[in-house]
Amino acid sequence: MQRYSGFGLVKHALSHHENWERQWRNPTPKKQYDVIIVGGGGHGLATAYYLAKEFGVKNVAVIEKGWLGGGNTARNTTIVRSNYLWDESAALYEHAMKLWEGLSQDLNYNVMFSQRGVLNLGHTLQDMRDIQRRVNANRLNGIDGEVLDAKGVQELVPIMDCSASARYPVMGASWQPRAGVARHDAVAWGYARGADAHGVDILQQTEVTGFKIRDGKIYGVHTNRGDIEAKTVGCVTAGNSSVLAKMGGFNLPLESHPLQALVSEPIKPILDTVVMSNQVHGYISQSDKGDLVIGAGIDGYNGYGQRGSYPTVEHTLQAIVEMFPIFSRVRMNRQWGGIVDTCPDACPIISKTPVKGLYFNCGWGTGGFKATPGSGHVFAASLAKGEMHPIAEPFSMFRFHSGALIDEHGAAGVAH
Amino acid sequence: MFYIYCPYCGEHREEEEFHPKGQAHLERPKEPEACSDEEWGDYLFFRDNPRGVHHEMWVHAVGCRKFFNVTRHTVSYEILETYKMGEQPSITADSQSQAREGAAVSQQEGVRA
Repeated sequence: MQRYSGFGLVKHALSHHENWERQWRNPTPKKQYDVIIVGGGGHGLATAYYLAKEFGVKNVAVIEKGWLGGGNTARNTTIVRSNYLWDESAALYEHAMKLWEGLSQDLNYNVMFSQRGVLNLGHTLQDMRDIQRRVNANRLNGIDGEVLDAKGVQELVPIMDCSASARYPVMGASWQPRAGVARHDAVAWGYARGADAHGVDILQQTEVTGFKIRDGKIYGVHTNRGDIEAKTVGCVTAGNSSVLAKMGGFNLPLESHPLQALVSEPIKPILDTVVMSNQVHGYISQSDKGDLVIGAGIDGYNGYGQRGSYPTVEHTLQAIVEMFPIFSRVRMNRQWGGIVDTCPDACPIISKTPVKGLYFNCGWGTGGFKATPGSGHVFAASLAKGEMHPIAEPFSMFRFHSGALIDEHGAAGVAH
Repeated sequence: MFYIYCPYCGEHREEEEFHPKGQAHLERPKEPEACSDEEWGDYLFFRDNPRGVHHEMWVHAVGCRKFFNVTRHTVSYEILETYKMGEQPSITADSQSQAREGAAVSQQEGVRA
């Protein structure tokens, strides 16, 4: 792997940037691997990277039916935070946050992680009580957090309508300074390049059409490019997880929904943090390019079509204009949808399954991007050892039978 | 944007009058206390999540406020039929021909009005 550096940039300028090497190979599938990862999004590529780099499993394939990071990795609003209420999820997301903090150096790839802070607004007395409870829980778990009043919020974001005459006046917010945003595509590309450098085969345009299962154990997958064998298979396929689970002969407690997002035309720097509101229900940040990146809730019906309905877009923008009247005449540039796999308790599933050797990492719902490094790391550890990593252990799919749910609905600071 | 036929009002109305309410034809176990943890968990949390024909409940929230059932394709989003509570669907995944499935998937661009 050619390392990137300022010196390299100057050197390549001399040859008009025409001699950069490809970031990853495009290999033909081998007959057999130690581990197959199904799904070449951020989480899948991170899993492959950590498997090869930290856990010594180098004979790994990542199978992707489309192109790398073309699903939800390319479709999210790039927010990274770890201020979750319950110990189990706090541990998982904070594990990810610590990896984010050194990720660009680790990958030798600029993922543009910008710790510009995240505000979760409160508009009612109950919001403020929940925020206090959550910030206290965060601090006990070693996660940074502060409770701000309306004045504190107004000082951080002068352009927001924090007046008492707003329809839903801002009463305060939780503030996580270490939170922020990252460049979503760079995360997928950085992990792909790193994994490839450690010998991982990334097989794009290869679709898994079935699992090879004998005596309750997995020994490979069928694909449109032939059968590939492996005794360990990890599925990280977000919205399509239910479809794959069905191929394995079991069900998951997931429902796939469209989640829409949109960006405006680029404007001059005006918003230097991330603002989220559960009550008015929208979230917004400004990218380095200058566009406002906007999202809100899912479309309520099940769907695999990577698009949603217009009323949802309208509600989202109503919320944004309610909070930021100054944006009322900004024009929107692009709008899209991704398919999120939502879990009944708004927490992911990182788990063994009824099929031995087959593991699933799914159910991230609307908030998977922020967890990409942590999810990949604990999933890789679990695949390598055959036993779930302690941080992943509580996220078993069998919690929906035992009743040990991790109820992050609402508690996580944004509706799912 | 969906344009949904409410079987009780007998009219097509816009999506904003309705709310989706999840999978249709779920049956609450007659004796919950007699259920195993698996059976009860399956009833509470596990849902069909097909990539294809799906039967789901909707409520005409700002209309007649009645619940009814919709058969819809989850990739093309095409509404295949709506029918009253207590009735059975006339279109199912099995009754849909393979050709129709293929056509629906190839129509992925644009929501059907």
